[in-house]
Amino acid sequence: MQVTQWSEALSSWLMGLGLPGWAAIFLVYAVGSFILINYGMLSVLLLIWITRKAISRIQDRIGPNRVGKYGLLQTVADAAKLLSKEDITPYEADKIAYNLSPVLSVFGVLMLLAVIPFAPGLTGVDLNVAALYVVALGSIGIMAALMAGWGSNNKYALLAGFRVVAQLLSYEIPLVLAILTVVLLTGSMRFGQIVELQSLHIGGFNLGLGWLGIVMPGALIVFFVSSLAEAELTPFDLLEAESELIAGFHIEYSGMKFAMFFLAQFLNAWILAAVAVTLFLGGWQGPGVGLPVIGPLLGLGYFMIKVYGIYVLQQWIRGTFPRIRIDQMMYFAWKVLVPLMIGLIVAQAIIQKLPTPVAVQYVLIFIANVGVMAVVAYVLQKYFREEQMRTKRSFEPSSLIGSMQVSEKGTMY
Amino acid sequence: MQLPLGIEVPIPTFEQFVFIQVALLTAVAGLAVVMSRNLFHSALALTLTFFGVAGVYVFLEAEFLAVSQVLVYVGAIAMLIAFAIMLTRSMMYGRTSPLNNQWGKSSLFAFLFFIGLLAFARATPWPAPGEEVIADEALIGALGREFVTTYVIAFEVLGLLLLLALVGAVMLARDR
Repeated sequence: MQVTQWSEALSSWLMGLGLPGWAAIFLVYAVGSFILINYGMLSVLLLIWITRKAISRIQDRIGPNRVGKYGLLQTVADAAKLLSKEDITPYEADKIAYNLSPVLSVFGVLMLLAVIPFAPGLTGVDLNVAALYVVALGSIGIMAALMAGWGSNNKYALLAGFRVVAQLLSYEIPLVLAILTVVLLTGSMRFGQIVELQSLHIGGFNLGLGWLGIVMPGALIVFFVSSLAEAELTPFDLLEAESELIAGFHIEYSGMKFAMFFLAQFLNAWILAAVAVTLFLGGWQGPGVGLPVIGPLLGLGYFMIKVYGIYVLQQWIRGTFPRIRIDQMMYFAWKVLVPLMIGLIVAQAIIQKLPTPVAVQYVLIFIANVGVMAVVAYVLQKYFREEQMRTKRSFEPSSLIGSMQVSEKGTMY
Repeated sequence: MQLPLGIEVPIPTFEQFVFIQVALLTAVAGLAVVMSRNLFHSALALTLTFFGVAGVYVFLEAEFLAVSQVLVYVGAIAMLIAFAIMLTRSMMYGRTSPLNNQWGKSSLFAFLFFIGLLAFARATPWPAPGEEVIADEALIGALGREFVTTYVIAFEVLGLLLLLALVGAVMLARDR
């Protein structure tokens, strides 16, 4: 299926009207990025509303329901409140770092919107290194957190900034490795091509269900878990642990600067869900996207349904999981996720070199995924059992070790 | 475009106009690295320079290199430098002077280095405009193939070096 990019179609139409080539391309991209950025900013209103409603339902509350229909305009009211707040700069703060940090954190997230394929032919830019671009831009968010932590001239903010760097850098590695499995299978880092390869043609009709997540569930789960950590969501939200770090690296920020950090965080969660959908859940693929006129619209619909579905799943986890400790977080990244992903990649690289048809390779990759996950689950279960025994023993007085079972039966005295 | 004194100035094309902005940003940020009185600001300016260089790579149609530049230099090296500066607190708070008694010698060597680079750039046979260059996916594929064929020893040695650094870091950080 040959898909025409929206930018090409629109700029050639403008050139047909008599505009010079560079002006047409400039105009098309200016309008496109204006729409994309404003969509990103405004969708955060909806995202925050979804989060509030979902978590309220989980906690047996109703949630916002006063401003607007179903409380939809509550976030607008909150934004207006934040706008009217006093803008505070702490004493002896590093002004450049302090003021630049909120801008950078939003910038790093908004730039990611450029490569997301929303529908057939509807991508900001179909970059040939899109998968790597997503990873590279994550480093801007890390830099912004570090600048906020340092610039605020507050030791709690600085500590939280260090935590952010440790967490985001650690979870970037399993994230990259999970993306690598997809790149290895599809042979492309172009998001448009990755999505197109996930079609499933039966009798000339595009069923659109050849999702890579079905072939490699292990990589999908690792990607999802590390994207939770990258988006600073529960159970990895110890960056804003109220009881330990007061609020996190943005403790000294007020008003709209504070709101910008939150905007970046919510949008980052949504975009990571969009990347997960693009890589593993078929992007805009779905039954009937190959149809001539209605296809692109259906594609956009499928994409949005999938992404908001993943977003709601993230909020569900946020409402049900407890927060983990920092040592557990680092342990999980380096000793569980990274070895798991390396095992998966080695297995997949060997399987893809086998002289078998592609369908057999897919089945083998699926088996390898399930096998590696089963091994990891077995090792983890064994470790946790031993850990439980150890902690139980450390609470017992040393003179009573081994005698507790006896005392439970009541035969000790 | 004709200037009053009869000097002919070519009107920059759109690409050249954007390139001038990116190049100016890179150069000004590079100057800020050495001129800044605050070491942390120098590190931030260095990050901006890395971004500018990535922008120049985009103009050379080497998107892969540009993205790798951001990933490695901004994501890892700038972070490392920022951490190193933060851990030397006394340098952070005192306003350090960008000059010491060796500025004369170092500026001389910087100038000589620039001359050398210029000579190198003039001697390199650049592809002429309109000439066919490898681009897009073919470039990334060719790069990967070079790594595991022509440069396999260098690639493996680099991997070993990184592994050693990792083991060394774990050795330094472990509980005794």
